[in-house]
Amino acid sequence: MAGPDYPGLDTLALHAGAQPDPATGARATPIYQSASFCFPDSDYAASLFNIERAGHVYSRLSNPTNAVLEERIAALEGGVGAIATASGQAALHLAIITLMGAGSHIVASAALYGGSHNLLAYTLPRFGIETTFVDPRDPQAFANAIQDNTRLVFGETLGNPSLDVLNIPAIAEVAHAAGLPLMVDSTTTTPYLIKPFELGADIIQHSATKFLSGHGIVIGGLLVDSGQFDWEASGKFPTLSDPYEGFHNLIFTEEFGPAAMIQRARKEGLRDFGACMAPTSAFHILQGIETLSVRMNRHVDNTRIITSFLLEQEQVTRVGYPELEGHPDQALAKELLPNGCGAVFSFDLAGGREAGIAFVDALSVFSHLANIGDAKSLVIHPASTTHHRMDAEALAAGGIGEGTIRLSIGLEDPKDLIADLKQGLRAAGKAAGGSR
Amino acid sequence: MRIEVKGETAYCYTNSRDIEADKPTVVFIHGSGMDHTVWTLASRHFARHGNNVVSVDLPGHGRSSGSPLATVEEMASWVIAVLDVLDISNAALVGHSLGSLIALECAASHSERVRAVALVGTTSPMPVSDAILNAAEADDHAAFDMLTQWGFSKRHQFGGNRNSGIWMIGNTLRLYERSGPGVLFHDMRACNEYASGTDQASKVACPALLILGAEDRLTPVRSTRALQEAIPSPVVEVLPGAGHTIMVEAPNAMLDALHKVL
Repeated sequence: MAGPDYPGLDTLALHAGAQPDPATGARATPIYQSASFCFPDSDYAASLFNIERAGHVYSRLSNPTNAVLEERIAALEGGVGAIATASGQAALHLAIITLMGAGSHIVASAALYGGSHNLLAYTLPRFGIETTFVDPRDPQAFANAIQDNTRLVFGETLGNPSLDVLNIPAIAEVAHAAGLPLMVDSTTTTPYLIKPFELGADIIQHSATKFLSGHGIVIGGLLVDSGQFDWEASGKFPTLSDPYEGFHNLIFTEEFGPAAMIQRARKEGLRDFGACMAPTSAFHILQGIETLSVRMNRHVDNTRIITSFLLEQEQVTRVGYPELEGHPDQALAKELLPNGCGAVFSFDLAGGREAGIAFVDALSVFSHLANIGDAKSLVIHPASTTHHRMDAEALAAGGIGEGTIRLSIGLEDPKDLIADLKQGLRAAGKAAGGSR
Repeated sequence: MRIEVKGETAYCYTNSRDIEADKPTVVFIHGSGMDHTVWTLASRHFARHGNNVVSVDLPGHGRSSGSPLATVEEMASWVIAVLDVLDISNAALVGHSLGSLIALECAASHSERVRAVALVGTTSPMPVSDAILNAAEADDHAAFDMLTQWGFSKRHQFGGNRNSGIWMIGNTLRLYERSGPGVLFHDMRACNEYASGTDQASKVACPALLILGAEDRLTPVRSTRALQEAIPSPVVEVLPGAGHTIMVEAPNAMLDALHKVL
């Protein structure tokens, strides 16, 4: 029997979390640029501090503008709640410190955004949290790496830089069999392209800086809790199932049920580490989300046009997009990402490092910078920028060649993008000693 | 805390406090397919204000063992048994939806044990549509969807939660999904078959409060006339903007209303 229809993605992207402003009637969500909020009386104040009433105390903990964004992403992902953070990195950190402490262990995909890899590989070990990195294409590798002290399994919906498609159902099964949650970074896919909770993931992290906000004007992160993981049954998460001295021995699973994790993250992680989002940033991200599906659809359409163009070029030795023949995850992408595999991909140029540099320098529509997910098309040559300290051998180990170019395809007219790429290819050909 | 009631484990949220004989007690009773967590804000509030709070998980719900009980009368008897085990002579009862019928039945049949009653998102009779009953009987997810959608006011289908960061539609759906097989059906059938509500309402001798959602689509305000007329001198609070899930949709207004009888 079919139940009533819930509002669709496009409707939620415009409306979820928002009501006309009760004070002014403003239809757009106002920016509540206030550090604190007045208490009508002392008992009301005490009731807010003691989690008896709904309301706001201090914008590090919650803010009305941020609250709209948090509800909106939770609605779009089908979760129970969310927290807006200062950046995507802050969201990842918030999840980790909510679930574990020193002596814990994470199993993560080896194909991660560099910032996430830095946190897991270099920074967290100083605080007693170790990570084992495994092949994202091998669910058994995740299973084999799980230890008694493992507390989280983590990967990206589309791995960096080769767009490995994370087999969320298979890896979720591995994690759940071990009593562990699966967290995925869905930054490059957004809820328009994939709904990780419906596939078995338990927690989602976004860098909202990218496609969610969509215009390269803001830094922000989002942490979303599905409410599906049974923390008590697992028995491995005392931060959620044991009394918390930092809040009068509150037991989060007892008091908040499905929302235990996201509540602990707010009551402790946001309170103590303080990586909150600025309300103006939340406003900008909300504006972006309003047009999410329209933009993502165009991003993907343009990407398909550009990848087709590149495939036809002699100087291009590889185009790494999961929809294409030859990508190892083509079948999985078709199953999990039917609406497209995003708009960020890499390709390899013949001619090595010199060709790559010449290509990037010759572009004028594509912007040369270190970001993805802008409405404008972006380009970077990893060997001369983000990975410039690596030699050819080290680059190869990371799946990057000296001639590898990463593109983030924007919303421009695709004919202009192709014309720009042709200009780059001509320059690359000259640099490589060719005649083009 | 966990206690033994009629041979089964009964879970009662008490704000991590022992029951103290010299304090008044407020008992919270959840609705169909739910558990004690729907009352977290309110129970924390009344605990801080000098009350014992006992927020129960009905048998077969949340952390309580056993099978769900079949009738509102049996559930009321179970609530009184909880008071017996905890050695509480009388209490104020706050119930939502099915829980409100249980509270009403307790106030009528065990008047000496009930000092005040607050019926939240209530009506009597409380008929349940065949569509919901049939879906619930089949353990079809559609039953959760119908109750979740119709359980909130139209405006709250898009959220607007004053409790930051919580998508109340999603959280409610997850609570239903956590209920065991058949639990929702037992609860909905009990609501549907409780025919003596208005007769019992006339026997209520303690202060009685009805907290209604102005935009409630499951127990609409207009359906409560018989109940309002049957209860001697009820206090009626209609909360603007709220649907049926009043604890979530209007938590602060509900707290303020509860203070009128608690």
